[in-house]
Amino acid sequence: MAAVHGDVHGHGHDDHHPTGIMRWVTTTNHKDIGTMYLWFSLAMFFTGGFLAMGIRAELFQPGIQILEPELFNSFTTLHGLIMVFGAIMPAFVGFANWQIPMMVGAPDMAFARMNNWSFWLLIPAALLLISSFFVPGGAAAGGWTFYPPLSTQGGLGVDMMLFAVHILGASSIMGSINIITTVLNMRAPGMTLMKMPLFVWTWLITAYLLVLAMPVLAGVVTMLITDRHFGTSFFNAAGGGDPVLFQHIFWFFGHPEVYIMILPAFGIVSEIIPTFSRKPLFGYSSMVYATASIAILSCIVWAHHMFTSGMPTVGQLFFMYATMLIAVPTGVKVFNWTATMWKGEMTFETPMLFAIGFIFLFVIGGFSGVICAIVPIDIQVQDTYYVIAHFHYVLVSGALFALFGGAYYWLPKWTGHMYDETLGKWHFWLSMIFFNMAFFVQHFLGLAGMPRRIPDYALQFADFNMISSLGAFGFGLTQLLFVYIVIKCIRSKEPAPEKPWDGAKTLEWTHLPTPAPYHSFETPPVVK
Amino acid sequence: MRNKSVATLAGVTALALYSSMAVGSKYNFQEPQSVIAQDIYDQHMMLLWICLAIFIAVFGVMFYSILKHRKSVGHKAANFHHSTTAEVIWTIIPCLILIVMAWPATKTVIAMKDTSSPDMTIKATGYQWMWGYDYLQGEGEGISFYSKLSTPRAQLENKEPKGEHYLLEVDNHVVVPVGKKVRMILTANDVIHAWWVPALGVKQDAIPGFIRDSWFTADTPGIYRGQCAELCGKDHGYMPIVVEVLDEEAYSEWAAEKLASMKKDSVNLASVATDVASDAEAVEAAEKDSDNN
Repeated sequence: MAAVHGDVHGHGHDDHHPTGIMRWVTTTNHKDIGTMYLWFSLAMFFTGGFLAMGIRAELFQPGIQILEPELFNSFTTLHGLIMVFGAIMPAFVGFANWQIPMMVGAPDMAFARMNNWSFWLLIPAALLLISSFFVPGGAAAGGWTFYPPLSTQGGLGVDMMLFAVHILGASSIMGSINIITTVLNMRAPGMTLMKMPLFVWTWLITAYLLVLAMPVLAGVVTMLITDRHFGTSFFNAAGGGDPVLFQHIFWFFGHPEVYIMILPAFGIVSEIIPTFSRKPLFGYSSMVYATASIAILSCIVWAHHMFTSGMPTVGQLFFMYATMLIAVPTGVKVFNWTATMWKGEMTFETPMLFAIGFIFLFVIGGFSGVICAIVPIDIQVQDTYYVIAHFHYVLVSGALFALFGGAYYWLPKWTGHMYDETLGKWHFWLSMIFFNMAFFVQHFLGLAGMPRRIPDYALQFADFNMISSLGAFGFGLTQLLFVYIVIKCIRSKEPAPEKPWDGAKTLEWTHLPTPAPYHSFETPPVVK
Repeated sequence: MRNKSVATLAGVTALALYSSMAVGSKYNFQEPQSVIAQDIYDQHMMLLWICLAIFIAVFGVMFYSILKHRKSVGHKAANFHHSTTAEVIWTIIPCLILIVMAWPATKTVIAMKDTSSPDMTIKATGYQWMWGYDYLQGEGEGISFYSKLSTPRAQLENKEPKGEHYLLEVDNHVVVPVGKKVRMILTANDVIHAWWVPALGVKQDAIPGFIRDSWFTADTPGIYRGQCAELCGKDHGYMPIVVEVLDEEAYSEWAAEKLASMKKDSVNLASVATDVASDAEAVEAAEKDSDNN
């Protein structure tokens, strides 16, 4: 990892810091912390990916082969939790740490020590999640949404999971307060809010959503813990509580959460598309307004996850209409990206490929989202593989593809070396093919009636499951290629060009050398 | 240029064929057997076509741009970056499309929620991991039974070849008459379950301590299979639901037979109890005898 900053000493800044492990333990540098976030999320991505491989191996054929039902449920539960809280969210925070100070012309994040703390909190949380597999009773098996009363039944593994979620929530809140403060107070002179790069805008809005949603998650987790151990009955009907209350509180957090995972992805794509189209982003201000309206709408649609729990007609209609409305600002974004590409001067390096792949597949996920929003149709597809396909289209080919695109886009700036373009393109095309192979057929499985979270299935689902498993194995293996590309890039001897992307217009490309020095913008640039 | 439009046409035709294949096959919803399921099926098809049209329009433009506006063909970048007219248009059009989608959906939601004046009422109770059924009202009132997965363990463990209805078969079917409005009342005994029969267009969570309801009217006699749709623990995948729809006469016969056999069972149960009691008396008497000796 030290190679990332191999030649920082050339810049003559005051960049004394401890060496070896203490550099990483005590660091308050946004770049070091960003790097740790990114490696951490990559490690968790492979942990969650290993669980996914186990799930798909079990579902390769009908019958129980390698995972007993209870362990299968633990695998799906921890796959979800680790991917959401361990892989996708920390990866975006890693991007924020690296990029936000450089993009707004700040020397570092506003609260540098808290930044260190919010990263190091992730480690015990991750250890709790992973080690819960080895305690008596096994890991939590009630799904990543841990609905009671099922989640009140589990053993120690459930408590470890709940505690981990608490810690991860605290880390996220600190991270987002840090981002809000940095963006609002530390912009370079002349950089008004409406001149900020869109990645910064989407993260600012995301950070507000986190500050709003995470305490709600902490509340519901605490209520569950007291139900489990201290005799309260928030979610227990026998004691006057209501299991559905949990679902309302959980999804009041959970729906903003899905936008927390996609808004920064919109931001990354909105940086990449103009750069490689060599044309300014079309409709900058409508992009900002669209992001803000998605964020606001995301707070009033939570019960669309609960259409089958039994709601009054008016409730179902309200949540259906509100959910459908989200298609409008999301559509505006897609149209704006298309208009940015229109009459551009496009080249198709790996970041651009991932960005276009993102738009293409995210739109499919958006369409299945509109279909899920229609209450009568949702009654059929809720808790089936259709929903699994839907949210993997928005989270894998959505959030993850944007992260890959962003990683390739900024790797030269971060490491000072160029990644291998040919291998990058292989990574994109293999990911694209295997992703669709794994998840497109799951739409059919869901429509035909295969419920989610089952370790074994009726025979008519056999062939699509086999295709899906093969695609998933291919997708998993392809990601090893990404690790190879990143390591090769870091170890490469050849320096990257000062500005590898001639269309890039943001401060980190126009005002900083490549690689970015350990401390950047000690004197703020002036933005005109 | 002509080659390209031929290729586009071929692509669109292939796509259309592919989607028409979807109708009534394993690529789509199960064949609907109730008014609601039919509505759902039709609305899903309508949405699918609308989405496909938008998809082709948007990505047609994007891929045209990708082909023509690339540096490698020498295209020079323009510098426009906004157009209020365009942005207003592409905000309003999606709104209109959404209204077209929401209108029929609203009518169906209202119809789905109308559980009033049923011909019969059945209560389904979710247990870890089986269903219990009680016929509460209408013909067959008083029938009560449990319904468990009947697929043998050996098939799950791959020791026997799997049967045709692997994991979708139960010991006792829920039997209902054709053409009658059946109101399902749902609850659960332990954790949340969900009662789902795709062909009838019914899915409703069964929540412990609370009552929820839903309804269906089956159009044709037959056997319709579904599964629990809410994660309920270890054997969540092993609690199917099988609804058997009979014509009215056959249903009356079934109901009468079922009630009679239930009566017999309870008589048997009572006589077992008497047997036990008399056994105890006999033992006591024997003990007395031995004491006396």
